[in-house]
Amino acid sequence: MTTAMFGEPVRRREDERLIRGAGTYVDDLGSDALAVAFVRSPHAHARIVDVDVTDALDVPGLVAIYTHEDLPERIAEPLPLLIPHPDLTEPRTQYALARTHVHHDGEAVVMVVAEDRYAAEDAVGRIVVSYEVLPAVVGLGAAARGDVVVHEDMSDNVAAHAVQSVGDARARIAAAPRRLEFDLEMERSTSSPLEGRGVHATWDERDRLLTVHSSTQSPTSVRFAIANILGMPDQQVEVIAPDVGGGFGVKIMHPWPEEILVPWAARTWGRPVKFVDDRREHFLAANHERGQVHHVDVGFDEQGRILGLEVTFDHDHGAYIPYGLILPIITSTQLPGPYRLPDYRVEFRSLYTTTMTCTPYRGAGRPQGVFTMERTIDKIAAELGLDRATVRERNLIRPDEFPHDLGLTFQDGRPAIYDSGDFPELLRRLRDLIGWDDFETERAAAEAEGRRIGIGLGMYVEGTGVGPYEGGHVRVETTGRVQVATGLSSQGQGHETVFAQIVADELGVPFDTVDVVTGDTRRFQYAVGTFASRAAVMSGNAIALAAREARAKALRIAAEALEANPDDLDIVDGVVSVKGTPTRSIPLTQVAVLSNPLRYSFSKEAQAATQFSIPTSQDEPPVPSGEEPGLEGTGFYSPVRSTFASGAHAAVVETDPETAEIKVLRYAVLHDCGRIINPMILEGQIHGGVAQGIAGALYERMAYDEHGQLTNASFMDFLMPYVTEVPEPEIDHIETPSPLNPLGIKGAGEAGVIPVSATIASAIEDAEGFPIDRMPISPDELWALRRAAGTDRRPSGKLLAGR
Amino acid sequence: MSDTETLHTITLVVNGAEHRVTVPARRLLSDALRHDLGLTGTHVGCEHGVCGCCTVTVDGLPIRSCLTFAVAVEGSEVRTVEGLAGPDGELHPVQEAFSECHALQCGFCTPGFLMSAAALLDGDPDPSDDDITEAMAGNLCRCTGYVNISKAIRRAGELAKEDGS
Repeated sequence: MTTAMFGEPVRRREDERLIRGAGTYVDDLGSDALAVAFVRSPHAHARIVDVDVTDALDVPGLVAIYTHEDLPERIAEPLPLLIPHPDLTEPRTQYALARTHVHHDGEAVVMVVAEDRYAAEDAVGRIVVSYEVLPAVVGLGAAARGDVVVHEDMSDNVAAHAVQSVGDARARIAAAPRRLEFDLEMERSTSSPLEGRGVHATWDERDRLLTVHSSTQSPTSVRFAIANILGMPDQQVEVIAPDVGGGFGVKIMHPWPEEILVPWAARTWGRPVKFVDDRREHFLAANHERGQVHHVDVGFDEQGRILGLEVTFDHDHGAYIPYGLILPIITSTQLPGPYRLPDYRVEFRSLYTTTMTCTPYRGAGRPQGVFTMERTIDKIAAELGLDRATVRERNLIRPDEFPHDLGLTFQDGRPAIYDSGDFPELLRRLRDLIGWDDFETERAAAEAEGRRIGIGLGMYVEGTGVGPYEGGHVRVETTGRVQVATGLSSQGQGHETVFAQIVADELGVPFDTVDVVTGDTRRFQYAVGTFASRAAVMSGNAIALAAREARAKALRIAAEALEANPDDLDIVDGVVSVKGTPTRSIPLTQVAVLSNPLRYSFSKEAQAATQFSIPTSQDEPPVPSGEEPGLEGTGFYSPVRSTFASGAHAAVVETDPETAEIKVLRYAVLHDCGRIINPMILEGQIHGGVAQGIAGALYERMAYDEHGQLTNASFMDFLMPYVTEVPEPEIDHIETPSPLNPLGIKGAGEAGVIPVSATIASAIEDAEGFPIDRMPISPDELWALRRAAGTDRRPSGKLLAGR
Repeated sequence: MSDTETLHTITLVVNGAEHRVTVPARRLLSDALRHDLGLTGTHVGCEHGVCGCCTVTVDGLPIRSCLTFAVAVEGSEVRTVEGLAGPDGELHPVQEAFSECHALQCGFCTPGFLMSAAALLDGDPDPSDDDITEAMAGNLCRCTGYVNISKAIRRAGELAKEDGS
């Protein structure tokens, strides 16, 4: 019999090819392809004076060299502004190749096409670009001062200024019994997938078809961009995201210059062309995120209840702003988290700097907002001498207060309304999981050994499953194989597995008969993309709807064949039968045959669908009115608004009294993403998210110097954690199903990372006894904070006793 | 490559098979495997020897194929992820365990981990947790947080023992 697949820790079907080394990533394609390499700017800000290619022309294997002036009209224009917004008054996007100026270290200036990458890089090394170097703008302070302007045609560095407000925060703060004001900062980091960016294109002159493989989170959007910019019909362009070696947000950016230039070169030369970035250019020229500075003004009562909150922040979006205001809008609207904030005002500016452009990186503006909210609560607790968990508890939205309207406009342009959740239960179970209430005993025991430990916590709410839509197609073949397609792409989330689980249950077929294809415009043309923890919610529900349509059709056809009522039929293990009378049955394979009336048989089984075999009424057409041939269904899921997942994290950290090394001893996660499709895959997502969060809290940053040089553009210097740095999180779940979608699910992909910096900061603050207002934090920074706080000379006889 | 670049015809022994290839001295082993031999299971993640995606074994020891010239391993036994499974396609215990324990997500770093793990278990079928951490400390993964990778290597040790008994 069919076992329900939804909710089971089913092993991933992606694994078979990947563990054999038989996956197909972009760089595995095109051993015959021409290779592309770029001359990139060594300066953060400069005017291009001259490009001298003379010395490169002799390089064997050179095919072509292009600068901006060689590009045809449409490709020579700035790349698209992906998400316009009325408050984005000064949008600037980059040229595929820099035109007159460069605005960040690593901006592409010259494209070289050669027979292989070795030759292309040889030529790159011989091209001399002369620059008039201009002053760099690094950091939000310099950007806000505006004495140096990033874009020549602007008078300052402000791209956008926006305010959202609910209630009357200023009046409530002014009238509050207690008030605090402070500044907080979070630095940049970057997605750093192990596979960087890559694009491979072939032009088939005979079929007039451009086939592009790109390591992207949005192949359908890449397709529209390529077709539009190259001036081709959409139907002459196919874009496929093959196996993608991680995304984490950076690959939702599109079209990259290379995603336009490589297809263009392939069409121009009539040969396959490929570009794969190397690690250095990935650091320099693939997008970053996170840099924000917040000013907080909060009013509260003696019990720690927040009465009014005003947050003003600057957002560093880097050299260009192709992704619009999504990041600061998410920060603004997710900052309230699980807390009741009827009087809240948030104002931001989005500022240009001469550093790499910022677009979403897993978490996408939320870690910054959560950092601010959680730091605020910890400061209120410290001010009042109250327990930090107690202050949180007093401010939480209660389970009977859903739907809960924040009164704000979310990143999808729709109201931010929490659909379901149980925040007090999250907090209660988190306290149990980490041992919150017994921690003072633990601390005392550690202190007796000369060890310094602290505990911290952080809570968040994450809007997931943003629209506008996704679609799915389910087709039952006459062999019994079920072919499923959806347009969004996968970067390791196990979509082939979880979507097959959904279809197996919805259709009533064995899991092993379901094949899933994602991210291939040849199979499904309409999609949005994989970002914002939306793939399971959006495509999962769309595929479920498609499967239900196919199932309903199967039941209609089977009812005809079995002379039964469709309502009396069930599908189990791929066989349609009359409930209670299993002998009256017909396999889905046969239903699939009957679904497509034939003139010409192609197999013994298919003979049943030919015109002298099929028993239909002579007064009805072979394909009944309103039906289509084939046993298939197409579904689109377009939610009225986002569904909100939530969670709570806690950490115990140890800080070395002498070296200020910070170690995470224990990490606990409470998580609520509604109904769970595959707990094994979900836990994997949380493990990875927490690891990325700890990386961002303690190790990783983009170290730009004052000249705008990225000084840590390698894995030697950008400290991505190894196994030696990452603890195993303890994980527990609650499930508050979303009332908004048929499957009751919420997104989970980003959750693990969101509250980690807030949680770690809370724990370090608890260990050290002074505020941690800026993340990430390194041992030398903690050591400097100790000096500033005068705690570096803390009497250490006791602390050192155990050493 | 330039016109004056000297080419070398060498024999690479990869997964037990001999291949004659003609390459310049600067051809990286990773590129020779991927481009000249079409063995694309070995991935290139950083080309500066830090991420470990390109790990293969040479005479049983894990090395970075992106920091090794192809001409330097002539005469050695190179093993790549394609050579882990048995001749009948039966998965190596580390491959089986990685799938069973959900130790991979995007799969890009996986071949490097598998080769490091296989080298570890070949030398010591019963490694301690510290041995596992030490052996994996040269491979980066951005997806899994390493938790299930460590579990998988412990599990692979169990599977290897079951196979051997």
